[in-house]
Amino acid sequence: MDQAYKPRILVGKPGLDGHDRGVKVVARALRDAGMEVIYTGLRQTPEMIVEAALQEDVDAIGLSILSGAHMALMTRIMELIKENEMTDIPVFLGGIVPNEDVLELQAIGVKGVFGPGAGLEQITSFVWDEVKEKLARDNA
Amino acid sequence: MDALISQVRQGQHRAIARLITRIENSATAAEQAVIALYADTGKAHVVGITGSPGSGKSTLVNALAKAFRRLGRTVSIIAVDPSSPFTGGAVLGDRVRMRDLSGDKGIFIRSMASRGKLGGLSQATSAAAKVMDAAGFDVILIETVGAGQAEVDIASTAHTTLVIEAPGMGDDIQSIKAGILEIADILVVNKADRPGASRAKRALEAMLQLGHATRVRHHGVMMSSGAPAAETAVSDWQVPVLETVSTEEVGIEELAAAIVNHRIYLKESGDWFEREKSRSRQEIEQLLQLRLMDRLRTTVPENNHDRLVAAVAAREMDPYTAAAELFDQMSSTIRESEI
Ligand SMILES: Nc1nc2c(ncn2[C@@H]2O[C@H](COP(=O)(O)OP(=O)(O)OP(=O)(O)O)[C@@H](O)[C@H]2O)c(=O)[nH]1
Ligand SMILES: [Mg+2]
Repeated sequence: MDQAYKPRILVGKPGLDGHDRGVKVVARALRDAGMEVIYTGLRQTPEMIVEAALQEDVDAIGLSILSGAHMALMTRIMELIKENEMTDIPVFLGGIVPNEDVLELQAIGVKGVFGPGAGLEQITSFVWDEVKEKLARDNA
Repeated sequence: MDALISQVRQGQHRAIARLITRIENSATAAEQAVIALYADTGKAHVVGITGSPGSGKSTLVNALAKAFRRLGRTVSIIAVDPSSPFTGGAVLGDRVRMRDLSGDKGIFIRSMASRGKLGGLSQATSAAAKVMDAAGFDVILIETVGAGQAEVDIASTAHTTLVIEAPGMGDDIQSIKAGILEIADILVVNKADRPGASRAKRALEAMLQLGHATRVRHHGVMMSSGAPAAETAVSDWQVPVLETVSTEEVGIEELAAAIVNHRIYLKESGDWFEREKSRSRQEIEQLLQLRLMDRLRTTVPENNHDRLVAAVAAREMDPYTAAAELFDQMSSTIRESEI
């Protein structure tokens, strides 16, 4: 892949919990890894997230949910992504997610789930890999 | 590309988004897109919004977009934030303030990083604005951080330029940045709920009065027509100083009305076309420069170029002579290739 390519990543927080420290740290880490992060902020509805992802033509979507409402929110978001024919965009999630939910989230198409212990390095290299794969698909 | 272009003409959001990405990533794509769409552009009212970091530009854009929607206009927004000079990455956070605008098909928002243009607006920004224009949006709002070159660039790209001040940042004459009077068509004192707002307004009005003579002269030169009509026309526009509280949407209707008035003024005075002409001139000259530099690279062998650079650095030759020599080599190669 072209070294100069700037992946565009949407980062935001769906749902009602108001803790944005962690998600801002991830946004800055992605920036420092050379990506362009579109940060949408707190209290996003699934509709807002998918609309922003479409207008910003992003290469990946990263969400943070700490409220425990991840199943309901992610189910709706993945539905909207399908409706809008955007399933080629990898979606990853940060939050406190029990193991059985991780499997279910993966089953509905979520590519990565990162718990509180995940390192920034791990997240950024995951995103780079996903973006590279997406670009390869786009150019195929 | 052709399919994408015709979907853009129909105003399809996904196509607009994809075309802008292509434009950002490739100069060739930008060229193709502008060539294909140029005849469809020229209808939108392009409004630039600039001002110090944190003065409330995004919040103002959010409120202003809603006001234009109430007037029945469709609105497209480009929000530019700087790229990190170290990593090339960026955090584009303007959308945080524009959450009211979601769910409205008459609004399209795009965040763009400045991508190493030394704070200026990139070619991609003006090409993206053309895409939005061709897609049929009535108003295009371009937010850019007011720093150096971006400020100058936005004024030459937009029909109407808003400069946003906030009390506590530029509330006396000394701290108001030089040069804003030359670019502002409308001055906004945002955060008028804060102390010092009316003082800031008075300071700006005083500056406007002082600067009036310079402004006319400056614009007279910029218009470069030499026709007295253009000069008097410019001096006819009284730059209003408006107070707003963007968070509460106070003063926004008045601001929207002033923007509409400025457009009417530009159209009636003939200034609209004058501005289009100076923008076009600048654009053509920039493209010509790029072409000439490209030609130089392809016609003059690189080691020749390097040799001259080294000679100038070592004071064996002066830069004028070096440039003249390169120019001669380039033109003679071009002449030969034509025979
Ligand atoms: N009190 C008050 N606060 C405001 C007003 N307008 C904006 N703000 C606040 O000022 C802060 C910055 O607002 P933004 O709209 O992000 O400012 P900006 O100029 O777009 O900032 P950058 O894009 O980072 O340069 C936010 O906390 C807003 O809520 C206002 O009229 N009054
Ligand atoms: Mg902003």
